Amino acid sequence: MVEPLLELRGVNKSFGVVHVLHDVDFAVYPGQVTALVGDNGAGKSTLVKIVAGIYGRDSGDYHFEGKKVEVHGPRDVAALGVEVVYQDLALCDNLDIVENMFLGREETTRFGLDEVAMETRARETLASLSVRTVKSVRQSVASLSGGQRQTVAIAKAVLWNSKVVLLDEPTAALGVAQTRQVLDLVRRLADRGLGVVLISHNMGDVLEVADRITALYLGRVAADVSAKDVNHSQIVELITAGRSGDLGIADPATATV
Amino acid sequence: MSTDTDTASAPSPAAGGFDNDNRQAGSIADSARDYVNRLRGGDMGSLPAILGLVVLVVIFASLNDRFLTTYNMANLVVQASAIIVLAMGIVFVLLLGEIDLSAGVAGGACATITALMLIDYDWTWWMATLAGVAFGAVIGLAIGSLVSFLGIPSFVVTLAFFLGLQAVPLKLIGSGGSLRFNDPVLRGLSIKNVPVTAGWVAAVVIVVAFAALSLWRYRSLSAKGLIHPPIALVVIRIAVLAVIVLGLTALLNANRSPNPIFDISGIPWAAPVVIALLLFWTYVLTKTRFGRHLYAVGGNAEAARRAGINVLRVRIMAFVICTGMAALAGLLSASYTGKVSPGSGGSNTLLYAVAAAVIGGTSLFGGRGRALDAVIGGLVIATISNGLGLLNQAAYINFVVTGSVLLLAASVDAISRRRRSSAGV
Repeated sequence: MVEPLLELRGVNKSFGVVHVLHDVDFAVYPGQVTALVGDNGAGKSTLVKIVAGIYGRDSGDYHFEGKKVEVHGPRDVAALGVEVVYQDLALCDNLDIVENMFLGREETTRFGLDEVAMETRARETLASLSVRTVKSVRQSVASLSGGQRQTVAIAKAVLWNSKVVLLDEPTAALGVAQTRQVLDLVRRLADRGLGVVLISHNMGDVLEVADRITALYLGRVAADVSAKDVNHSQIVELITAGRSGDLGIADPATATV
Repeated sequence: MSTDTDTASAPSPAAGGFDNDNRQAGSIADSARDYVNRLRGGDMGSLPAILGLVVLVVIFASLNDRFLTTYNMANLVVQASAIIVLAMGIVFVLLLGEIDLSAGVAGGACATITALMLIDYDWTWWMATLAGVAFGAVIGLAIGSLVSFLGIPSFVVTLAFFLGLQAVPLKLIGSGGSLRFNDPVLRGLSIKNVPVTAGWVAAVVIVVAFAALSLWRYRSLSAKGLIHPPIALVVIRIAVLAVIVLGLTALLNANRSPNPIFDISGIPWAAPVVIALLLFWTYVLTKTRFGRHLYAVGGNAEAARRAGINVLRVRIMAFVICTGMAALAGLLSASYTGKVSPGSGGSNTLLYAVAAAVIGGTSLFGGRGRALDAVIGGLVIATISNGLGLLNQAAYINFVVTGSVLLLAASVDAISRRRRSSAGV
């Protein structure tokens, strides 16, 4: 097995008296889509925010490219090359595609913003992702459809030569055709050698694009398996009961919150 | 939800790869069609203000034959300058979806400080001006910090400052008193004019520089295959600017003295001040990272925060700029009246400025606005108050008309915002 790009080992996290994550191990491999699944309250969002550096860890180690790293905030994580695409997209409707993709990291010349460089790079990135649905890179984001917005948000994450991209529910609000586009894009990201994390409730999407599946159950890792070793109903059992056959937590009854 | 996105995706072209995407707005006809589509979608920009200005000028010119005299036009330019400068500051807080109700009285308080420095301490005009602007910046810093760190709505914070700051001139000047404002440079902003030759030279330089920059930009964009407007549109823009700038210069450089014995001609000094501020803030808003971040915070503060933008700092800076500009507006208004009194910057000063910004096309909901909006809107407001003054109407009419205009502008803003969100422009 290849070495993981990003790995969390033995992570614990509590909010007050609520112990949200118990000794969670989580790994992201280059060129693979790792699906993070779990029911509401299983700790997916908390885990993503820890990976993103928004929350600290109570205990546990953060490894990146085989080395242990200290992260103290979203900037440290972004500097490593980890980008998160949130469910609510975090795009500014009043700005155009280029402006959104470079938001917070605008390129400048001596005379101010370097629109030429930014537009060129934005176009290259979109073209390299084989994005076919955007008419013009100077379109206002307000005029884009849900799928196009998701595409822009993902392209924004890729623009920075990132190594790991986390996608939080990228298809949740999309129609059939647009889900198709986004899943294709997710697959292409992994084919470029990035480590992709897909958080999703949609088992169809997960089974279609994921290489590995990490299932969380009440803050514990119920299973970390190759996607081709499990079927739809096994994943559902892992999510809802914490075990399925010989997979999963040995005795889910002890897994209390 | 999925039906929403499906309908929204309908206009996106199913065919056509990204590689042959649209890089030029096509012919001038395409640009015109684009513009009409944007208008229909609710993106009105400054169009209502320009139409309103034309209507107002026609109405006032037909009701009073003194309105269109060059003497009155020059007067209108000076009257408008204080409103425009204050509105330009207001644009910055409106861009964030905030409001500053205290900017008017803050300008009065700053002008008091400047006047005191000039009279009691014999400071030179620029040191006194700096003191006034610095006082304004400190006020803005206080307002911005309260809004950002404590999270008090800006409406409430600035309402408190609106009440509190009126104490400053009242304490320093005393009830019923006033300070003369007769520094030759600062007073000269309103009563002196740019020499005729210098005015012409400056006007020509502005037109030539704008033309050169536009054409250079067009060439470099089209050479690199980036999105650029059609050449016809570029030429039309240059022509419109040339007509406006040279036309106004010709108007103001003509002798406008009602008295045949002496000669009054030249552009009032207030105009170059406004133009310099317009150019500077337009550059800041469109060509700097700070400007881009202002729009981003106004459009979606959470997205801006996640993009690593220091939202608190941007918000504080917007209030600092707003109140600093209010100080300059206070000076221009003191320069026009020749004195500072405890009432300076009170009454409807602020509402005029907010109305000017909104009429010019700046949204009250944040994320949309330009420095130019303040100029266009300020001219509309100044035309109303100037024209009504000439018609010798009772003061109450002035209040009713200005209030109605503000309401109208806010309605246009709200309606166009609704249409934008449904049309997705």
